[in-house]
Amino acid sequence: MLRFTVIGVVFALLIGLFWVGLGLNPRELPSPLIGKPAPEFRIPELFDAARELSQDDLKDKVTLVNVWASWCSSCRSEHRHLLTLQRNGARIVGLNYKDERAAAFGYLNSGGNPYEVIGFDESGAAGIEWGVYGTPETFLVDRQGVVRYKHVGPLNDIVIRDTLLPLIAELERS
Amino acid sequence: MRRILTPLLGAVAALLLAGTAAAQDAALLQFDSSEQEALYQGLVRELRCTVCQNQTLLDSNSSLAQDLRQKVYTQVREGASRESVVDFMVSRYGDFVLYRPPLKSETALLWFGPLLFLLTGGLVLAFVLRQQRTRAAAGTGVSTPDQPRIHGKH
Repeated sequence: MLRFTVIGVVFALLIGLFWVGLGLNPRELPSPLIGKPAPEFRIPELFDAARELSQDDLKDKVTLVNVWASWCSSCRSEHRHLLTLQRNGARIVGLNYKDERAAAFGYLNSGGNPYEVIGFDESGAAGIEWGVYGTPETFLVDRQGVVRYKHVGPLNDIVIRDTLLPLIAELERS
Repeated sequence: MRRILTPLLGAVAALLLAGTAAAQDAALLQFDSSEQEALYQGLVRELRCTVCQNQTLLDSNSSLAQDLRQKVYTQVREGASRESVVDFMVSRYGDFVLYRPPLKSETALLWFGPLLFLLTGGLVLAFVLRQQRTRAAAGTGVSTPDQPRIHGKH
């Protein structure tokens, strides 16, 4: 009898371990930037090459920083969510990652432009500063310019409703 | 036999060549000293590519890995130490970029997990062995629930 109990317990423990372990997304790495000031970068604006964009442009208002590219297919799938967020008053700054200007223009012309300004990171150097490893990535930066949250992969209804919107509201109050 | 062997050898050769692609562009890099080269070669073998998670920066041909190799190279050429390059990577990508993560509370399970499994296995083994010995000492070698079946009426 004891033997069956032991086997049962071990089996249950293994089920639990796999249930939790396999449910985790191995691509979602915790960002070391959370709680730290937004990393320094200096890149031209996508539409206005004469204008420079830096971490200082993220301050004063709670800002979503969205890393995207025209070659990134999962960026397309989250695009409508970005448009909705922007329509509802969120400030979104784009980081156009390792892209070409013409392709980026085409992407925004056909899909709409949810971004207030867009940094054009042709070489991916700013992406390295932000620890970008897979587009799309979305960061939430507070009014002091501190990174508060990072989401890797396309945004979806659940993340927006349960995490992003409450966090934005909280940061705007403080 | 030959008909099978030739394409097979071709495939193997292609695989081998693919493996040396990254090594080749490393051979084109210029260093000031052999220590500097050793530092670079060590770092790209120890840092993980965050896109293709089971490859080092050296193994991976993803564009991020290429950029990061370039970054490591520039820093090493500028005279950066091993620690400063590692700090640079960790402060952007987290401990995950290290194939040898530091020992701290979040990584304790990673470091001591194998020991934990070994201990659990050892305990189970000890338990089973002791049970067998008790049974052997009881003289039957058969567990009590099975005894009625043997000594029963049948």
